Amino acid sequence: MYHEFEKNIARRAETTNARALIENVSRRGFIGGVLKTSGVVLALQIIPGGAAGAYDAYPTGAAGMPRGVVNDPHAYVAIDADGIVTIVAHRSEMGTGAKTSLPMVVADEMEADWARVRVIQAPGDEPRYGNQDTDGSRSVRHFIQPMRECGAAMRSMLESAAAAKWGVDRSLCRAKQHHVVLLKKGKGDGEKIETETRLGFGELATAAMSQPVPPRDKLEFKKPEDFRYIGKGKTQIVDLHGITVGSAVYGADVRLPGMKYAVIARPPVVGGKIKTYDAAATLKVPGVEAVHEIEGSMPPAKFAPLGGVAIVARSTYAAMQGRDALTIEWENGPHAGYSTAAYRDEMSATAKKPGKVIRNQGDPDAAFSGAAEVFSGEYHQEHVAQAPMEPPVAIARITDGKIEVWAPAQSPYGAREDIAKALNVPIENVTVHVTLLGGGFGRKSKCDYMIEAVQLSKKLGGTPVLLQWTRDDDLRHAFYHTTSVERIEAALDKAGKVVGWRHRTVAPSILSTFAADSGYQFNIEYGMGFADMPFEIPNIRCENGQAFAHTRIGWFRSVSNIPRAFAVQSFVAELADKLGRDPKDLLIELIGSDRTIDPKAAGMPEDFWNYGEPYPQFPIDTARLKNVVEVAADKAGWGKKLPAKQGLGIAAHRSFVSYVAMVVHAEIDAGGIIRVPEVTAVIDCGFYINPERIRSQIEGAAVMGMSTALYSGITFKDGQVEQSNFNDFEVARMTNFPQKVTVHIIEPTSPSHYPTGVGEPGVPPFAPALCNAIFAATGKRLRSLPTGEKIDA
Amino acid sequence: MLTITVNGQDRQFDGDPNTPLLWFVRDELGLTGTKFGCGAGLCGACTVHVDGVAVRGCMTTVSEASGKQITTIEGLSADGNHAVQKAWRELNVPQCGFCQAGQIMQAASLLTKNRAPSDAEIVEEMGGNICRCGCYQRIHAAVRLAAGGV
Ligand code: FES
Ligand code: FES
Repeated sequence: MYHEFEKNIARRAETTNARALIENVSRRGFIGGVLKTSGVVLALQIIPGGAAGAYDAYPTGAAGMPRGVVNDPHAYVAIDADGIVTIVAHRSEMGTGAKTSLPMVVADEMEADWARVRVIQAPGDEPRYGNQDTDGSRSVRHFIQPMRECGAAMRSMLESAAAAKWGVDRSLCRAKQHHVVLLKKGKGDGEKIETETRLGFGELATAAMSQPVPPRDKLEFKKPEDFRYIGKGKTQIVDLHGITVGSAVYGADVRLPGMKYAVIARPPVVGGKIKTYDAAATLKVPGVEAVHEIEGSMPPAKFAPLGGVAIVARSTYAAMQGRDALTIEWENGPHAGYSTAAYRDEMSATAKKPGKVIRNQGDPDAAFSGAAEVFSGEYHQEHVAQAPMEPPVAIARITDGKIEVWAPAQSPYGAREDIAKALNVPIENVTVHVTLLGGGFGRKSKCDYMIEAVQLSKKLGGTPVLLQWTRDDDLRHAFYHTTSVERIEAALDKAGKVVGWRHRTVAPSILSTFAADSGYQFNIEYGMGFADMPFEIPNIRCENGQAFAHTRIGWFRSVSNIPRAFAVQSFVAELADKLGRDPKDLLIELIGSDRTIDPKAAGMPEDFWNYGEPYPQFPIDTARLKNVVEVAADKAGWGKKLPAKQGLGIAAHRSFVSYVAMVVHAEIDAGGIIRVPEVTAVIDCGFYINPERIRSQIEGAAVMGMSTALYSGITFKDGQVEQSNFNDFEVARMTNFPQKVTVHIIEPTSPSHYPTGVGEPGVPPFAPALCNAIFAATGKRLRSLPTGEKIDA
Repeated sequence: MLTITVNGQDRQFDGDPNTPLLWFVRDELGLTGTKFGCGAGLCGACTVHVDGVAVRGCMTTVSEASGKQITTIEGLSADGNHAVQKAWRELNVPQCGFCQAGQIMQAASLLTKNRAPSDAEIVEEMGGNICRCGCYQRIHAAVRLAAGGV
């Protein structure tokens, strides 16, 4: 299939070089201000909309991502003579629907009939497709514009091809449902009537692909009322059938001739090394063929493998049996003292002392020293493993120096770069094919398992090898969601008004996985519900206390927003209780007047991180935040009377530049188990394209929120993870999950409400809304996640 | 040499008789629809039918399955239109989809023995199948929908 695209790319060079055209336009000086662009970024998306445009282009953070965006139909669309339109999905599919939603945007803009569209998954190739790092709830928010541009350009090229065939002006050609229809002038001024003459997309394919790609300001976009698929929620995910019949291909489902199967025994403590090992028994296990040492690493080593002993066998089962028979003595190294209980105490002690000032607004010292009363709360969360249903797995083979990998990869081009570096080969010699991901949640952004597979294949002389992680491996060797203590203090005046706010965050940083650990967090972590705290309080200070990492810290769906929303939104409800106020009213009051917050005036850091988005286009808009609170309260019947041991809790949080509020209805059953009969969720993610997948993401976020709130924690003792499978790392099951999640999607009220994140923002509000509901039901306040599913009440 | 009937076909196996069915169907037969999620009977991703009843493929050995009728997701229905599969598609149940073969096999087994399960019976039967993406609300609804069509 890909040679089709190769050909198209080559053909483009012969015709108009859209890229050159675009770059010329951008040199006119439009880039600037909030936009930090790298030289290679296509500037298409920031050219002001021409007269033809049905919407004005706007800048996004895509420009700041490696290799930005590409909107060239030659890279994304191929049309067969029989009319089948192939659209490339360049973002990874891990359950969000990205593989369907973005190609659907192309199809809609180009007037392709979805029934005749085939979607194929791109390998890791960012120079061709633009950024592929499927992470940060960015796929739609960064690619809706390039995908619309791509579709609109393709439509225009099809129309131009028809115009040339018919010898008429292009204004008399209109693409409609997989055809171009010839128009004739009607009686009215500018009126055009459809004739019976038409050409199918297949008939026009070759000629259309030879047309020059029109520049952005010549593109005509469909008007919202003409959308067939965008915003409708009627398009099923492209792999739906395959998933239900077992033919969908995930990481471990690729089969190569002569393929071996392998597992690795890794050091139980991060940075540990093999002292000695004895593989005699392993090599006696039927089916085991070889044992190889894999080189390890000590953080900060990015995604470098942990090392260990690999067992290669004829089947996965034999490899696992072989590993069981292995005896290894480990040298545990400097992190063998890591213990969850002691570490929590340390974090808590640090949070009671002043830390590094990250945000300062007004005069918090004066506010606190002059306060009538200081009210405080401290909140804690354990580490969490992403635990995607499909554990990490990768297949690698090396032929004539060319490395090929098949893997469930969230960032296939990033993986390619890292593999090339690790194996010291040029990136051109590495191919990463992307399978479906059986869940990602941040785990599969890290390509350690792919590097392991390649290293192993190399040791096997290039033989294809499937490296399987077991669940035990997944839980013991993850890049963990950070553990944290968040301490909040409010200075109250005599009237009970909050006049000062102090928030201290203490948590080992993701940065420690990448660079020497300073013990401090960095702007991305500060930007997640901490330094961007939206309350209208005159005096605010946000401080960061040191915490050094003793394991690999990574990101998990919604990242630091989980502990921050938990802390801030629990604290508001606690404060409301103290003041005898309704928690929702107090929340609304604290958010304050309708405004877009001025980060500078609010004392936010110079390098304030707004999810990578330009602030003027994606500001903190308190009216939108309050609106989701009000709508959630209204839809949930906030204030309604509930029987004993039941309660409602509310929380709202802005993350990934979206606004989400949740009202959780909690009930404590006769056995003391916390249950959730209902969740009312409201999301404002601006202009939306696939409401059905948005609902499924929020439903899923509530379940993951419940797992994180009640069940899932990773703890360490002597540097080793104490959990090993779903018996001790529990997640929500059908026996106890949010029974009914009702999702309300806010209709954008302004064209400037651009598409924003969906995959992650549903998670943060759940835990605080639940704990607030539990408090309403029982009078008991839970401040440490996971709470356990039982409560004495 | 063991003979195991998988999706109506007799298959021979002369390896370790303790090999779990999961790895037999995946690695020996190349039937990759059955998934590995935990290897310990804790998640249900590996669910297959032995004589029509859902079992965990990771906890059932090939020798236990020998002489029995094994059905994997690939063999649940000839055309992929088992009532459960249809209900799954109608309600757009899957997110990442990885757990869904196991969920579907579990649900199909439930509906074979109980055509009109109560809510509690659905929870009881499906409680062993984890969906990390959190599709439970739709899984539950799809089992109900399929119950009308089995
Ligand atoms: S893989 Fe068998 S129950 Fe999880
Ligand atoms: S759909 Fe992803 S685990 Fe169930």
